[in-house]
This record gives sequence, structure tokens and C-alpha cells, in this order.
Amino acid sequence: MAATSSSAAPFLSSSSSLSSPSSARRLLPLPVRRVSPSLRRRIPAVRAKIREIFMPALSSTMTEGKIVSWVKAEGDRLSKGESVVVVESDKADMDVETFYDGILAAIVVPEGETAPVGAPIGLLAESEDEVPLAKAQAQSQSQAQSHFSPPSPPPPPPSDPAPSPAPMAGAKAEAESPRKAVSTPYAKKLAKQHKVDIEKVVGTGPYGRITPADVEAAAGIQPKKPIAPAPTSAPAATPVTPSPAPSAATSPATKASAAPLPPIPGSTVVPFTAMQAAVSRNMVESLSVPTFRVGYPVMTDALDALYEKIKSKGVTMTVLLAKAAAMALAQHPVVNATCKDGKSFSYNSSINIAVAVAIDGGLITPVLQDADKLDIYLLSQRWKELVSKARSKQLSPKEYNSGTFTLSNLGMFGVDRFDAILPPGQGAIMAVGASKPSVVADRDGFFAVKNKMLVNVTADHQIIYGADLAAFLQTFSKIVENPECLTV
Amino acid sequence: MQASLSLPPAAPRSDPGPAVFRRSAFRFCGLRREALGLRSLRPAGSTRIFRSPARTPSRKTVTAVSGNGIGSLSKGFDYDLVIIGAGVGGHGAALHAVEKGLKTAIIEGDIVGGTCVNRGCVPSKALLAVSGRMRELQNEHHLNALGLQVSSPGYDRQGVADHANNLASKIRNNLTNSLKALGVDILTGVGTIADTQKVTYGKVGFPDTEITARDIIIATGSVPFVPTGIEVDGKTVFTSDHALKLEWVPEWIAIVGSGYIGLEFSDVYTALGSEVTFVEALDQLMPGFDPEIGKLAQRVLINPRKIDYHTGVFAKKITPAKDGKPVLIELIDAKTKEPKYTLEVDAALIATGRAPFTKGLGLENINVVTQRGFVPVNERMQVIDASGNLIPHLYCIGDANGKMMLAHAASAQGISVVEQIGGTDNVLNHLSIPAACFTHPEISMVGMTEPQAREKAQQEGFEVSVAKTSFKANTKALAENEGEGLAKLIYRPDTGEILGVHILGMHAADLIHEASNAIALGTRVQDIKFAVHAHPTLSEVLDELFKSAEVNTGVSPPSVNEPVTV
Repeated sequence: MAATSSSAAPFLSSSSSLSSPSSARRLLPLPVRRVSPSLRRRIPAVRAKIREIFMPALSSTMTEGKIVSWVKAEGDRLSKGESVVVVESDKADMDVETFYDGILAAIVVPEGETAPVGAPIGLLAESEDEVPLAKAQAQSQSQAQSHFSPPSPPPPPPSDPAPSPAPMAGAKAEAESPRKAVSTPYAKKLAKQHKVDIEKVVGTGPYGRITPADVEAAAGIQPKKPIAPAPTSAPAATPVTPSPAPSAATSPATKASAAPLPPIPGSTVVPFTAMQAAVSRNMVESLSVPTFRVGYPVMTDALDALYEKIKSKGVTMTVLLAKAAAMALAQHPVVNATCKDGKSFSYNSSINIAVAVAIDGGLITPVLQDADKLDIYLLSQRWKELVSKARSKQLSPKEYNSGTFTLSNLGMFGVDRFDAILPPGQGAIMAVGASKPSVVADRDGFFAVKNKMLVNVTADHQIIYGADLAAFLQTFSKIVENPECLTV
Repeated sequence: MQASLSLPPAAPRSDPGPAVFRRSAFRFCGLRREALGLRSLRPAGSTRIFRSPARTPSRKTVTAVSGNGIGSLSKGFDYDLVIIGAGVGGHGAALHAVEKGLKTAIIEGDIVGGTCVNRGCVPSKALLAVSGRMRELQNEHHLNALGLQVSSPGYDRQGVADHANNLASKIRNNLTNSLKALGVDILTGVGTIADTQKVTYGKVGFPDTEITARDIIIATGSVPFVPTGIEVDGKTVFTSDHALKLEWVPEWIAIVGSGYIGLEFSDVYTALGSEVTFVEALDQLMPGFDPEIGKLAQRVLINPRKIDYHTGVFAKKITPAKDGKPVLIELIDAKTKEPKYTLEVDAALIATGRAPFTKGLGLENINVVTQRGFVPVNERMQVIDASGNLIPHLYCIGDANGKMMLAHAASAQGISVVEQIGGTDNVLNHLSIPAACFTHPEISMVGMTEPQAREKAQQEGFEVSVAKTSFKANTKALAENEGEGLAKLIYRPDTGEILGVHILGMHAADLIHEASNAIALGTRVQDIKFAVHAHPTLSEVLDELFKSAEVNTGVSPPSVNEPVTV
């Protein structure tokens, strides 16, 4: 609906209750929009005097409505809240009321006719003076949109008797004109809904008929999975469609049904939640990215010491690592970049560290935005908020999908090293293992016991090469081993 | 009590069993014998409330005692009562006859249960139970609103078909057992009326057996009606008989006729993934329904589904799919008879009504001429012969007389006849018989439609009022997220008489009985509005409906306030 005008009202919000025994109708405020925006633009102080009353959307599925009756006649004075017209939608008959005082200057769509949602059905003039003007406007409008209202019964397909083999039909030879394509009931409905000209659709169904899938293809929408029965034992005349086998690779649905694994007895099937479905989608998508992995040992004694010192201030190890990664990324912008089209580097202007968090049965990645710029205490504060929002499922999209680099830490579980999958839209992800005391020999051959942590970065080799990752890890390691800079 | 219930030795289960069987059998066939029994006996005022519980057992005792006297009534006859046809009508009559102490036989040429049990109401309810669930599971929007998640629901056609078939055989066995247990003789073969009070029966190719009976009831029912020009091959062009076997689910099926049968099948087929095209000879779909209900039904049951329709057209010729061609349906204008259009579909279901099954009954032997196949009867179901005279001891009930082609109407007529045979005059009030269409949501009705009531009102000079309530205002319906629905009451504002009630909404078929019972018992709006309904239940839709009616008569005091002796 082109309801850009500010006077278009939220007409769906206030449907009143419906216990009235006499009528099963709902009262709805009448949507009205101001006409002649040019006038308004020129003299913004003056309000337009003629408003269009347009066909309201009375339900989410309504595409057109039929005027059952006009409660008010042309020339009647309307006051706000009065019911003006009864509209029949696909769901019910509803009384529609006006938001504005005025005079019903002209009825554009008469009783019994149909108009698409958003089309003007009448004009409301503010005062007597505007009535003639509105009438003139209605005249031109009804001409302009007369094609909107088809004859009331559903247009019967032209009574083309061509295929009729009736012997008495020796009428016209020209009836042999090209046969009209047959379309199924749902195909017709879809065509109407998506405003597809069904005459132009090429049918691929049995006997060349136009199927819902054909219309969907013509409208450019993904067909929904049909609720087809399990293959029926073919009856006498089930037509065999010689359509080429659909390319199985493109559709996971066909892939799945192609070779179903035999079910293991006693197994249960639990459908994905929305979050799990998103994870699944992202993980499958990641398979198209050429990734590689580079590991690096990092000594954490200094970091551990710092952590002990500032953890009372609400700083967690996760935040320290995120900050360290952000600072390293600042020096290696390519690792913070993305390859969007397979042809170019997309350098991100800010460094947003997404941190993977397990949350009852799901996985979500709250994002620490501008992690390189915020100081460690602010960052910790921010992290605490994000985690509590994530738990209550209140993260806004920006707070979980704006990451430019992901950090995943399983160290707290004692995992010594692991390998992460690169999320779509990012260049690299860092997998952090546990920091453990290890015997380390320095370059002079002296042994020492130091806390060693293995980090492993997965990156998109389209833009990030081995040397880039190595250099980034080296920087990261230096920052962790000299963590004073983290608190500055 | 138990001893007095003893039955002829032929019955294999003569102990308390019969009582149990009897009750259950009555229930699933949806009979309304209370409505009949109470009608003539209802005294003015309120005492009925306290009478009915006492009455039922006392009547049973009487019945049982008279049951001891089997044979005493059938002097000179083989049976007191012979019923031709063991459908729901014949079954209902037989049960009631036994209760009345009549020696009864039932002749069945096919299988016990008739259309309803084997090829009608019963298996179709099994399919509709499946389609209702499929519809729910597919309605993602609806499920999400309830917070449910279901992934890709599907069905196994054979499993669905088996469910329908198993249900039919189960009910058939119940029916057969209930007859046997009560000592009703089941005689196999085609029954023919040889003369007044004389019936022959026998299997084809075997000599007929002749029996005599004091009274005879014809209850031979009906078969699907197929107009001429339609070639039924049972595979791509078929009737409800074949469709109920659900041998396949066509992608696109045309349903010829948009009455109850067509509408129910459209519910089944669309839920199973088919697209449907209705062909209706009249100018609107669902012509039998109250117009307002029909309009809402179209909104709820037709428009949002994968259904389109052609109205005002006849299917002149239907050719089954063959030689690589689809099913062809030639449509002509119902009025001008001009060719209009040819449909090409995968299958066609012929649901153009039902024709009486009265051939071979030997009606010519007693000078009865059928009218379009129907056996002419008076309001007491007594058969009328060609010269307009009543034929003594011969009755016809159910679809064969065409008065009201519903299983429970047949049964009610049978009970009414048995009452007359037993010496109690009884006229069935057909306006109190409810009807239901088991779509999702269901549609039900009793009595007159609004146009019928208005026409009668004009002729007889009284006022008609209409009250309506919506399911949207009902708590239980909203809890189920099934607020779509309407209940409509048509009544006389001067007397409070209920003329008709029509319901479209969740469980409408179960809700109608409060109204049909009220009509049968003569309860008026101003009285029934004081009846209490449990909260929150769907029955409150009717509660609200009755309460919203405005009756101008002097308020009759609620019956519960009257003094009663206990």
C-alpha cells in the first residue's frame, strides 16, 4: 500500500470486540489519505481539503475487498468514528469508520463492486466548498481505475468451445483458435495474489496445464514444499510427466528425500528451533568458502597475572582475549576483512568481535562493537549486558550479526585445541583452547614451566593468506604476552 | 430384572450383554429416541425434569416383562416384524422392536450397516478425522500462534484408507453383534414383498424362502445418483462409494455437486494436497444451507483453500481419463443449456445426491408406484398405493421414502413406526432432526432456514426474529485459536418458539443437539435461556445465543423455581 502520506492511519490496531449479538461485524477505522501531495509540498501549513478513502486491508491475506454497502450516501456529513461503509473481505463483513470529520463527496467504487486493497473507494471533502472539486476528481479517478473492478462473479474463462467434441457444435470454424491453457484452481488464485498474468505463464504440469509451481516461478518466488502424499500407487491414468529431473544439488529438500537413511528404531525426531535452524543454515553455507587453519602457541603467564589483578573489576578472560584480538586486528586489517563477491576485499571500518556463546540448546554470537577502541572496563560492562540479553533472547539483530571477526573459547572446559568453522560474512575466526602449565625450553636451552595456550585461526583463503594469519597471530601473541597495553 | 431379560436361546449372548450393546449401538448411530418418546408424554410445566430419570428404568422393566411374551403377538405369523434392509434405519427399528417385545427379523442382501456404516457417514468420518489433523499440522501460522513447532507433516495414503476401512468393519461388527445379541434373526438375501404381510427372500440362484409377518418395514436405502451422460469407471470418475476407499489422491479433482457430500470430500481432498473444482447446477454453492451460513462457509471452507468453482452449470458429459487424455467434463449452462466450457482434470467425484434403492422390491405386487424411485408414504411412514389408499401393515423408512435422507432420520422414523405397531400413535417431527456437515470447522443445522421461516411467517402471519453469536466471543474457541464461526437462532418473538438453529464453527455438529432437543421437546427460548452451561465450553456459544434472543411474551417463570414433590 502506498501509504507514505502521514495521514494514513494505523487502521488495523483498534478492532473493537465482537460480542454484539446483532451483528458479527467489526468496526474499523476507515483508512484515509490526503490527496494532492504537490499542494502540501508547496504550502505545508495548509492541510489538504480532500482525502481519499481507500480500501482497507482487513486481514493479512486480503488482497481485494468488496463493497457490501455504503452506510453513508454522497453528500452526507461524516463525523469521526462513524461507520461509513461495509466491506467484505476474504474473512468477514466489517463496518469501516472514518477518522476525520467531513463530507462524503463522492463514491468511487459503488456497492457490489470490488477494489484492490489501497485503491480509493471514495472521497472525503473537508467542507462544502471542496465537494465539486472532489466530484471532478472522482470522475477522473473512476475512469482511471475502472479496470480495477472486474464484473462481480469470478471471471469465467471465456466460453471457448474449441476442445468440445460435441457433434452439434458445427458452429464456427474459427473456434479452432489456439487452445486456451488450462490452469489449476490454486494456480489461478496465486496468479491473482501475485498479480501474474496467467495468460503468459507456460504450463509444465500434466497435459501442459499451468500449476501453482509455474505461477510461483513466474512470480519469482521460491515454491513451498508441496504437501504431496507419499507416492501413490499409480491409478489407471496418472500421467507421466516427462520433465527433466530437477538438479538435486540445488535443493536440499530433494537431496534429503533422494536417499533417506533407514530410521533407527526408537529414535525420535526433534525439529530445529528457529535459532538452531539458523545455525544449521550458516554452517551449510560455510562449506562454499575455501578455508584453512593456522595454529599458534601463546604464553599466558602475564595475561593470567593481569586477569587475577583486575577480575574483581568485572573483567573476564573472554573480554581480555577479545580485546587482545581486536588490538591485533587493528594492525592486520586484512584479517578483519571479508570477501563478499569472490572478486574483492571488503575492509571493515570497525573491529567488531563476535563471541560465540552457548545458550540453552542454541548458539549465539553477541558482538563487542569497536572492541579495539573501548577500554577493557567498558568492554566488560558491555559484555555483561550482552550476555544477559542473550539469555533472555532480547538481543537486537545488530547485536549478534554485526561481527567482523569471531572468537570462540572452549578453554574453560579443558579443551586444549580445536578447530572452528568460519561463519558466513567474516574473514576469520579464532578458536582458543585452555591455558595449561607446560615445560618450555627457551632459546638458550633453559627449561621453564609456563602457561601455554593453543589458538587456532580458521580463515577465508580468498583474501587471507598463510603469511597474513601468521603475522596476525604473532602480533596477538605479543599482546597477550605483554598485556599491559590491554588496560590502557 | 436380569432374569426377566432372558432372550430366545438363539442369542449366543443372552446375559446382561444386550443392555450394554443396546446402549452403545444407539449412541453411535446418533438416534434420538428420547425426543420421540417424550414428545407425546410431556405434561405442561416443569415436572419433566424430574420425571425423566425415573422413567427410563421403569420403561425398561415393562419392556423386559413384555419380552417374555414373545410369540404371543405373532399368532399366525412367522414374525411380528420383518425389516427389509439392515442399514441404520432398519437397525434402529429392530432394536426398538425388540425392546417392545416384538419377534423381529431383518433381511439384508448385502452387508449389515448399509450406506452409513459401509459407504457413507462412518468411513467418511475417518477420512475427515485425518484431514482435520492434517489441516492443523499444515497451518504453520496457526501452530506458531499456539507456540507449536511441527516439521513437514505428511501422510501415508494406504494408512489413511485402512483407518477408514477398519472403522467401517468395526462398526459393522458392532451392529451385527447387537442384532444377534438381542435375538433379531438376520436373514441373508434380497427381500421382495410377495403380498400384504408376505415377504420372500433368497440369494440369487437359490429358491426363495417365504415368510409371513404381521408388519413389514421397507428400509432399503439409497445408492449414489449418477446423472445420465456421466460415465463412471470407478477409477478417474467415481462416486462416494469409491472415493471412500481412497485408492489414490488426485492432484486435481472436480467435485460435481456442492452439498454435504461434496463439501466434506473437498475438505478431505484439499487437506491431502489436492486442488478442487466444484461444479454446481444452482447459482450458488451449498444451496441447502441457510444463506448466511453458506456465505460464511464459502469464506472459511472455499475461498482460502485450493478450490475454485463453476456455478449455474450442468456436467452434461463426463469422460474418464483414457488414451492419454485427462478426465473431460463438458459443462453447459443450467438454464440455457448452451455449451459453456470443458474442464480437464485428473479425477471427478460425482456427488449429485442419492437415488432410492427400491428396484426389485416387488412393489408392483401390492400396487405401489414409486415416485422417482421413492416409495410414497404419509407422515406416519405408511405406504400409499397407486390409488392413494394406505396399505395396511406396510411402512417405508429412511432414504427409500426420501423424506429426509439422513441416517439418524431413518432410525428415528423406524422407531416411530415401531411405536405405532405397538399401539402408540406417533408422528415424527422432522423439523427437530439435526443435520451436520463434518468439514473443518463443522456446519450443523436443525429446523428451518431463515428464508423458509420468513416464508412460513408471511403465510401464517407471525413475526420472525434472528439472533446471532460469534465464536470469536467464546473463551474455549479462542483458547483453541478457532474463533471462526457463527451461531444463528431463528425464532418467534411472540411465543419464543425456536424455528431453526444454524451453526458454523468448531464442533458445531456436537453443539446442535441442545437446539434440536429443545425443538423436539417444545422448549422455548425464554425457558432454555435459564439453563446453565459449564464455563469455559463451546456450548456457551448457544447459551449466549439463547440469551440474546428477545421474546415479547409475558415472561414465563423459569421452571426450576416451581415447587416439586420428590
